[in-house]
Amino acid sequence: MAESIATKVMAAIVQSQGIDPGRVTPGTTFEDLDMSSLDALALINALEEQFEIAIPNEEAMGLRTVGETIACVERLLPEAVGP
Amino acid sequence: MTRRVAITGVGAITPVGEDVPRFWASLRAGRSGIGPLSTVDTGRLRFKNGAEVLGFDPSPHFSDKEASYLDRFAQFGLIAAREALAMAAVPWTPRLRDRAAVVTGSCLGGKITEDEVFAAVYDGGGRRVHPFAIPRAMANAGASQIAIELGSRGPTYTVSTACASATHAIGQAFWLVRSGAAEVAVTGGSEAPFCLGHLKKWEALRVVAPDTCRPFSRDRRGMILGEGGAMLVLEPLDAALARGAAVLGEVVGFGMSADAHHVTQPSAEGAALAISAALADGGLAPEQIGYVNAHGTGTTVNDPIETAALRLAFRAHAERLAVSSTKSMHGHALGAAGAIEAVATVLALRDGVLPPTANFTEADPQCDLDFLPNEARQAEVEYALSNSFAFGGLNGVLAFRRWSG
Repeated sequence: MAESIATKVMAAIVQSQGIDPGRVTPGTTFEDLDMSSLDALALINALEEQFEIAIPNEEAMGLRTVGETIACVERLLPEAVGP
Repeated sequence: MTRRVAITGVGAITPVGEDVPRFWASLRAGRSGIGPLSTVDTGRLRFKNGAEVLGFDPSPHFSDKEASYLDRFAQFGLIAAREALAMAAVPWTPRLRDRAAVVTGSCLGGKITEDEVFAAVYDGGGRRVHPFAIPRAMANAGASQIAIELGSRGPTYTVSTACASATHAIGQAFWLVRSGAAEVAVTGGSEAPFCLGHLKKWEALRVVAPDTCRPFSRDRRGMILGEGGAMLVLEPLDAALARGAAVLGEVVGFGMSADAHHVTQPSAEGAALAISAALADGGLAPEQIGYVNAHGTGTTVNDPIETAALRLAFRAHAERLAVSSTKSMHGHALGAAGAIEAVATVLALRDGVLPPTANFTEADPQCDLDFLPNEARQAEVEYALSNSFAFGGLNGVLAFRRWSG
């Protein structure tokens, strides 16, 4: 289940940034993908809509990598990653 | 023809005072006008606070019929202009009215009117829209209404450059008067940003603080939106002195620049360019400036960048500057911010009292200048700047001089 969230988040990044899927791994930073802070906001907004979650501002502003973003979505969807 | 330009009237309607005396008393006392929003249902918003002109009642200022022509932002503009014009007491003649400029700043225009129209059309199935919707909502409504009321027929227009709108407006009015293209100018800005459709856009940008505005503090959490208006009356210094007007101060320089960098991420280099341009326009050396009314939004990003810009433009003298952000008290009034802050700066010079940065808790190592935390300071300063750095990377800086007779 956790993998599927990661896959969905990475797919959302690929789509919103219009980039090659091969460039996106959990270790990739937004900077690696030439994403500005505004691009990151657009991604976070898309993830909120897709997963029907609300990512608090301070958490959203702290996200710098794909892995952190996946972890953030997973944390806000506890039922999806629980035992 | 280059002339010195005097300020002979100021007006303000703000969250910390509905006229200049009350506004200035609040700033001197470090009193903040930030609190829970009362004019918008915040149930669907992630932030709940703003700086409103709390309990604003147009009825002492406008008849019902007059008010029906005016969005809240234009009402603020007119009220501030009336106060400034009453103070200036310009001896109007037909010729002077024909050579009088009105230059205002507004980022949003009549956003509340627009929001009401859109809500009625899209949600309410409304088939009719009020016929005044267009004249109420246009961004130049403030400038036009001031000119109509005053009967002034010189250059009249509105500048819309986001958070630098009013600073750009005042700067251009200053240039009009200095060059002789106008004999007198009413200039400033007004804004009324509180309506749900507009606030949802700020929510999406995630720069509005959930609590209050703490510029340059380590624990700052963002900006707080504000509303209001402020206006100044500018005229040639020699004309003001010849008629025995009380001079409040002088506008001495104006600089603009574009970051050419990013639509929301500010640039220290771009901001420093505008500061240096204002100094050059006024023939000023950095060492002559004693106080800077900062853009100081209280966002994570603005404050260290503005600190860096001040260091770039002022070099070693940055250590000796007194800097404060009065947005900590009146909020960020967007296209009116530069006008409200210009009035604060002029009064600071006049009275030798530098208004504080309110809500300040602890210093941020990235913001390491003298930010006048929480308490006003008595200081005779001859020259001061007012900074405005807009989204879109558009910057404006005004330089003022104390009038000592």
